[in-house]
Amino acid sequence: MRSTRLSVLLSYLLLGGMAMLFVVPLLMMFIGSLKPDQNILVEAGSLAAFLPSDVSLQNYADVFRRSDFPRYLFNSLFITGCIVICGLLVNSMAAYAFARLQWRGRDLLFNLVLALMVLPFEAIAIPLFYGASILGLRDSYTVQIVPFIANAFAVYLFYSFFISMPKELEEAARLDGASTLRIFFSIIMPNAKPVFASVAILTFLTWWGSYLWPMMVTIGPAVRPLPVAIASFFTLPPLYWGDILAFGVMMVSPVLLLFVTFQRWFVRGVASSAIKG
Amino acid sequence: MASIEFDNVSRSFDGGIDAVHKLNLNISDGEFMVLVGPSGCGKSTLLRMAAGLEEITSGEIRIGGRAVNHIPAQQRNVAMVFQNYALYPHMTVRRNLDFPLRMQRLSSADIERRVRHIAEMLDLVPLLERKPKALSGGQRQRVAMGRAIIREADLFLMDEPLSNLDARLRVQIRSEIVRLQKELAITTLYVTHDQAEAMTLGQRIAVLKEGRLQQVAQPSEIYQHPANTFVASFIGSPGMNLIRGTLRHNQGNTLLQLGPMRLILPEQVASRYTGLNSRYDQTLIAGIRPSHIRIDQEQSQTGLSARITSVESLGHETILHLATELEVDAAEITDRGVFATQPRPLIALLPGHQGFTTGDRLTLNLDIDNLCLFDPQGKAID
Repeated sequence: MRSTRLSVLLSYLLLGGMAMLFVVPLLMMFIGSLKPDQNILVEAGSLAAFLPSDVSLQNYADVFRRSDFPRYLFNSLFITGCIVICGLLVNSMAAYAFARLQWRGRDLLFNLVLALMVLPFEAIAIPLFYGASILGLRDSYTVQIVPFIANAFAVYLFYSFFISMPKELEEAARLDGASTLRIFFSIIMPNAKPVFASVAILTFLTWWGSYLWPMMVTIGPAVRPLPVAIASFFTLPPLYWGDILAFGVMMVSPVLLLFVTFQRWFVRGVASSAIKG
Repeated sequence: MASIEFDNVSRSFDGGIDAVHKLNLNISDGEFMVLVGPSGCGKSTLLRMAAGLEEITSGEIRIGGRAVNHIPAQQRNVAMVFQNYALYPHMTVRRNLDFPLRMQRLSSADIERRVRHIAEMLDLVPLLERKPKALSGGQRQRVAMGRAIIREADLFLMDEPLSNLDARLRVQIRSEIVRLQKELAITTLYVTHDQAEAMTLGQRIAVLKEGRLQQVAQPSEIYQHPANTFVASFIGSPGMNLIRGTLRHNQGNTLLQLGPMRLILPEQVASRYTGLNSRYDQTLIAGIRPSHIRIDQEQSQTGLSARITSVESLGHETILHLATELEVDAAEITDRGVFATQPRPLIALLPGHQGFTTGDRLTLNLDIDNLCLFDPQGKAID
């Protein structure tokens, strides 16, 4: 009895400690964003960093005054939204074709797609940049969206989910007179909600924080997303820590909100696609 | 409604294994045909070929006289009930039922009318707004039937639709299926591995083994006159006893020598077979149903002495496993007629509860009028 209570206590301590590792920076950022600059620097080395003092929203107002934050937010939302929505459609349909349809060269092509998963983006960044420049697509939304719609990892996640779905459902639908597209939209998609949710979240997280590529292809603020914007805001003199923290809070909030809202789906989707597959 | 013909149909898989081998089978309009056989005999493959879910390697399948080899499943107007029902989990019972009708783009009034009709017929009205996961096994089965019936298809295919149900429900739904099929007079092809299901459901039964058709006939014909030893041992529970013996001729009588037993074949039995006299002094296999073995508790001159090795008392009947001097064949006879090396018990089936215990000795008599004769290759002697 005592030993189980002790082990419960220990595991709570361990888990709590690990949670702190993730929560502390966020907490510091959030509380710091509400303080005047001089307090932030003075309290940085002590526990007072986690306690609010002279609370105001001045830093947030400053961000809006000193930068075109709404523009960057829109750019990020638009670019990421397009990648997520188009990606869900394209990758799920590709995965369905790999998992269920019979066609020549299917397995070879699928293995090639899987091989793409191990290729880091940095390896193709330069050729991609070269291609984009030739096509005259630099400093546009297109160049930030189109290359990232098709995604090998998303295809793989969808594939492992579809392959584990009972085939009879599709066969029944086919005998009921449904076409392949109809089967995909009416039977497969509604039964694959968890994997759609987890792919959506993973894609969103990946491209919401994307920095290297937008940095390479954007020139002015017109199509620049938040990660690049915060970097240039950081270097914009004078250096106000409170403003930067406020910028950070506003940039991170949509992601946290999304994750908290869809956490149940996310966990279920990852579990079902990864474990069953 | 339509007839269906399998004309020399084969299905080979990679590695050259024939799941179905040059099979010929005609099912007439409105007939209820049961395909039965052990697992892996090709019965489900045959059904799936009819549905268009499986490719046909060679031969031709015709539905209503029209060759369907190259017609996709969507356009065959064939309805199917799957073993696991394959209900659409995200749709209510109503949506499951009307899905095929929506695919046909029927008017909503028409759809509503047909859904109501089917729901009333199958007692599904109170369940219409439920999702499949909120239904019991029997209810799911009825929804799957309803979804197949509502289409008014030419052909009704059922792939072991009762195998996921408990025994009591199975009997109940079995009679329901017979009633529906009679009412709708729809050509039905029903796959099962359960010979009892085959016997009770089918107007005709097709017995398959290793992708080859063994016999097609009415249930009583299959039971009484199996075409070969495989059918004899597969149909019936327990299957037919197959005993190795020799045919002899003595003073104008035809004798069947089974181990120490010498049975005189009465004239009316011997006359059923043509050319029996060409088989004198040859080995053959005599088949006798367990219910055609009589037990005499007193020792008699003509009978065969036996020792009970096990007793299965089922209440309404008793199954005895008997050690005798007979050479009883393995239930699974091979095509080459190879006999089992292990001696097998003779099985007897007696009505009601019997007071036997293991080790009891008794005397047997075979009901010779009901004997079936097979050649050493296992084929029934004409």
